[in-house]
Amino acid sequence: MNRRSLLALGTALPMLPRAGFAQQTTITGAGATFPRPLYERWSQAAREPLSVTLNYQSIGSGGGINQITARTVDFGASDAPLTTAQLTERKLMQFPSVLGSVVLSANLPGVADNALKLTPEVIVDIFMGRVARWNDPRLVELNRDIRLPNLPVSPCYRADGSGTTWVFTTYLSRVSEAWKNGPGAGTAISWPAGNGARGNEGVSNIIRNTPGAIGYIENAYAVVNRMTTTQLRNKGGRFIAPEMPAFLAAAAAADWTVPNFAADTIDLADPAAWPITSPTYILLPMDPPADKVPGSRNTMRFFDWAFRNGSDIARRLEYIALPSAAHDLIRAAWAQQVRDPSGAPVWTAPAA
Amino acid sequence: MGDLVFEWMCRGAGLFVLLLLGGIIVTLFIGGLPAFRQFGLDFLVSTRWDPVEGREQFGGAVAIIGTLMSSILAIIFAVPVAFGIAFFLTELAPPWLRRPMGTAIELLAAVPSIIFGMWGLFVLVPFVQRNIQLPFGDALSELPLIGVLFQSTNFAGTSIFAASLVLAIMILPFIAATMRDVFEQVPPVYKESAYGLGGTRWEVMTGVVIPYTRISVVGGIMLGLGRALGETMAVTFVIGNANRIATSFFDPTTTIASVIAMEFPESLAGGLQQSSLFALGFLLFLISFIVLASSRYLLRSRLKG
Repeated sequence: MNRRSLLALGTALPMLPRAGFAQQTTITGAGATFPRPLYERWSQAAREPLSVTLNYQSIGSGGGINQITARTVDFGASDAPLTTAQLTERKLMQFPSVLGSVVLSANLPGVADNALKLTPEVIVDIFMGRVARWNDPRLVELNRDIRLPNLPVSPCYRADGSGTTWVFTTYLSRVSEAWKNGPGAGTAISWPAGNGARGNEGVSNIIRNTPGAIGYIENAYAVVNRMTTTQLRNKGGRFIAPEMPAFLAAAAAADWTVPNFAADTIDLADPAAWPITSPTYILLPMDPPADKVPGSRNTMRFFDWAFRNGSDIARRLEYIALPSAAHDLIRAAWAQQVRDPSGAPVWTAPAA
Repeated sequence: MGDLVFEWMCRGAGLFVLLLLGGIIVTLFIGGLPAFRQFGLDFLVSTRWDPVEGREQFGGAVAIIGTLMSSILAIIFAVPVAFGIAFFLTELAPPWLRRPMGTAIELLAAVPSIIFGMWGLFVLVPFVQRNIQLPFGDALSELPLIGVLFQSTNFAGTSIFAASLVLAIMILPFIAATMRDVFEQVPPVYKESAYGLGGTRWEVMTGVVIPYTRISVVGGIMLGLGRALGETMAVTFVIGNANRIATSFFDPTTTIASVIAMEFPESLAGGLQQSSLFALGFLLFLISFIVLASSRYLLRSRLKG
């Protein structure tokens, strides 16, 4: 065997096992931890029909923004939307993939799931450290039909920077001037009272271990782990239990035509809506260089597929799919905003 | 020729470590520079930590105090136990037990810190909350002057006390092993003379062994302190992560290492928050360096003497 044929064999061999998946490509994404289970499940489901595999690293929204800014991944993912200025500076476009919701969970012996009623004012006071005992007159007044124990109120929160904290504190800032001008809203804030724990599991652990504890967690986590949740009075004045119809009502009531899809689903006036929901976002370069164009195109193909076929998966994992009108707006934005180096749109609707 | 190559390889390895350390400290300093510029010396004394966008204000005082307080408390808990272990191993234990027990103590150092953190959160924290904070906290908070140390409105159990306990267990093997080693270095003739004069074991220990090994013992304790200062995972799980100075044993607070672990992943590159975290890292490096350098110094002077 001469040298040339050896070389040819050497280059051909690694390609052999892949011959059956000639078009199988991998896209890479990094960012928010909250949508990770969904993106992974979508990725499994899309592998066959779409020949696209997603490699998603859930390193946190901040990390996702940093990585897509450095263009080391095909897309970034962030729970909080970026501002127009931030997007322009980084030459990124953003679109929501699904919505998530945040619920309150409390450990009150003898109080059933979704029996406890809370108002925005009381929640703010609890997390401000202004409610000392669960048999506080304000709480008793709200909950005449259940027996509240004489336990200390122990608020707990996510101490690691997280989109969940951003959503919850944005809600608190929305319903209370004192909170807005005090602790404020962000992925990590300086909490005036209570204990911090790491991740949803840390907060849930404190809630389970401490009679009298109350904290906020992602709904998906609360459902899977059978946490005891509470009702909440929404802007429409009704007490709402954190259940799928209430989440879908929030998604439907939101205005998706706002710039950068930074739709506000927090504390909507719709009387059927759960007040603490928020979209989670994908960040895509608006000017992918030639070698990144396929990655960008496949990212959009992937999410286009997920929008058309992934709603059931999302619902099973307790995520809230966007209304289909929002999907159409997103596709239009892809076509308009993401351009290859020659200025042609990267996204073209697949021939269905 | 071979000797020369070997000499320079060793020298190169040594220089490489120095360069690496220098590189780390320079990187931390450059990363923290924007925060130092913005807040100046105020960064050391301000207790305000406000990462909310648009009004960022950072001060490291809570984390610095939390780091020092939890480490010092851990030393206070660990040293008597470590002394007991070392005393037992060198003076009381039957010879066949010394080796296996010494190994067991040292194995404690090999447990990953996340295991201590999980154990602390799932086992120690509920135990402290139910069996120490509730009965003792209420009773002792009535005491004049020191009552405030036990009085806390925080009932979730994650506290500086729990963190110090976990830290104490983690640094115990380091201190105990150092103490055992230096106790064994005491020349037998000194101890035998003391026994010959009719001294009890306790008198020999406090009158001969401790004075002879005092400086090395302090060096070992400093090594444990160095380890406690930088411990991250285990502390993060049990300290309660609140940006408030703990006025009571049962209050949550935070440490430099756990603030960095918690907030670094979500901080934006180049932002003031990330820069402040770098600045905290730089300060932790300085504190640990001072502690370790003084422990080296103390241990060295003993070996020479």
